[in-house]
Amino acid sequence: MVQKLGRLKESPSQTAGPYVHIGATPNWVEITGVWKEDLGLVLVGPETKGERVVVKGRVFDGSGTPLKDALIEIWQADAEGLYNSLQERRGQADPHFAGWGRQPTDGATGEFKFETIKPGRVPYKDGRPMAPHITFWIVARGINVGLHTRMYFGDEETANAECPVLARIEHKVRVQTLIASRSEENGIPTYTFDIHLQGEKETVFFDI
Amino acid sequence: MSDEGSFYQRDRNWHPPAFSPQYKTTVLRSPQYPLLSLEGTVSEMTGPVFGHGKLGALDNDLIRNYAKTGDPIGQRIIVYGRVLDENGRPVPGALLEFWQANAGGRYRHRKESYLAALDPNFGGCGRAITDDEGRYWFRTIKPGAYPWPNGVNDWRPAHIHFSIFGHAFAQRLITQMYFEGDPMIWQCPIVSTIPDRAAVEQLIAALDRENTLPMDALAYKFDIVLRGRRSTMFENRMEGN
Repeated sequence: MVQKLGRLKESPSQTAGPYVHIGATPNWVEITGVWKEDLGLVLVGPETKGERVVVKGRVFDGSGTPLKDALIEIWQADAEGLYNSLQERRGQADPHFAGWGRQPTDGATGEFKFETIKPGRVPYKDGRPMAPHITFWIVARGINVGLHTRMYFGDEETANAECPVLARIEHKVRVQTLIASRSEENGIPTYTFDIHLQGEKETVFFDI
Repeated sequence: MSDEGSFYQRDRNWHPPAFSPQYKTTVLRSPQYPLLSLEGTVSEMTGPVFGHGKLGALDNDLIRNYAKTGDPIGQRIIVYGRVLDENGRPVPGALLEFWQANAGGRYRHRKESYLAALDPNFGGCGRAITDDEGRYWFRTIKPGAYPWPNGVNDWRPAHIHFSIFGHAFAQRLITQMYFEGDPMIWQCPIVSTIPDRAAVEQLIAALDRENTLPMDALAYKFDIVLRGRRSTMFENRMEGN
C-alpha cells in the first residue's frame, strides 16, 4: 500500500431549485424584516471610480424560453483591473467598488440588469493582459452545477482579438456568444449579454 | 498574480451531470457542448469578501428571525459543521446562506402551490459566516418533505439548501443538506442526479445526539467541502502544506 494523500472530495453540487431567491434575495421575494438589504443588488455608489455602464440580458433554455427563476452573479475587476478580494496580491482595489453583484432574473420578463462600471484589464496566468471581462455565474432550477461564463465588451475589438482566453476557443463561431453588444440607453452605455443554455447559440461555459 | 496555485480540477464524475433526464427541468437547461477548460486566472482565483458586519444578530436563528406572534411550529434543530477545503483545511470567513421549507414542507414564495399551510412565524432563510476554524452553526425547524411537479407523484426528501462563498469565485457552490435516516433520499430524482452513492452520502447530515440541547433541539452535523488548491512548496510560500 502506498501512503494516502488524505484529500477530501468537494461537496457535490445540487440544483439551486426554483426558490433560490428565498436565501439569496429574501427582500426581493417579499420575505422582509429578516435582513435589511439583499446582498449584491447595488454595485456602484457616487464615489466608485470608472465608466458607468449597464449590463443586461436574459438566459434562454433550449426551447428559446427565457428563465424567470434564475439567479445571476457577476464578479469583476475595478476600473484599474484590480479585484476587491483578500486574494488580490497586485494592489489595493477601489474600496468603493465591491466587484460582486447579484440579480434575479425578472419573474415576468426574465431580464437581469446590473448597473456597474467597465472593468480594467487583468493578466492571464502568463502575464499577458486579458480583454476587459465580467465573470458570470448562473444558477437556477434544473442547473445541477452552477455555470461559469464570461462577458466581453463589443466595443473592445482590439483587446478581444488579443485576449488569450478568447484565443483558446477552437470554434471561432462560438466566440461571439461571449461578446455583449453595445448600445446607448438614456445616455448610458448599455451592453446586452444574452445567455443561451442550449442550441445553436449555446454560450461558451467554462470548466475553471 | 496570486502566489498560490490553481484549484484542483473539479471532478465532474462526482458532481451531477448537467443533463439528467430523470430530473426533467435539466433537459432544456443543460449545455450540450463541452465546457471550455481554463486553468484559473486571477478572475477565478479571487472572490468577494463578506465581513461579519453584514450580519444581523438573528441571521442564524430561523426560529426567531421572522417570528411575529411566537415560535414556528415544528421540530427544533441545530445544524452545525465546518467548511473545509479538499486539503482538509478550514475555510474561515466563508459566507453561508441557507433556505428551506417550513415544517409542513411549504416554502414562503409567491409561486409555491403546495397546499400545506404557511407558518406565519417562519421565513425560511438565514446566513452565517464561518469563524477562524471554519465553523458555523444555526438554529431552525426541521423542514418537511413536499411534492413537486416532476413525475406525477415525486416528492422531495426533507432538505436545506446551502449557498457557500469560499475565498475564490472558483469555489462558488450551491448544494443541499439531507437528514440521516430519511428513506425518501433514495427515491428523489434530484438526489439521484448524483451518480456516486458516496457523493450522496456526503450530503447527508448526521444526527448528533451528543450535541442536542436537552428538552429543546436535536442537532445535525453537516460539514461542507470546497475546492482545494495546489500548494507546492515555493520559496515565497515556505509554509507549504
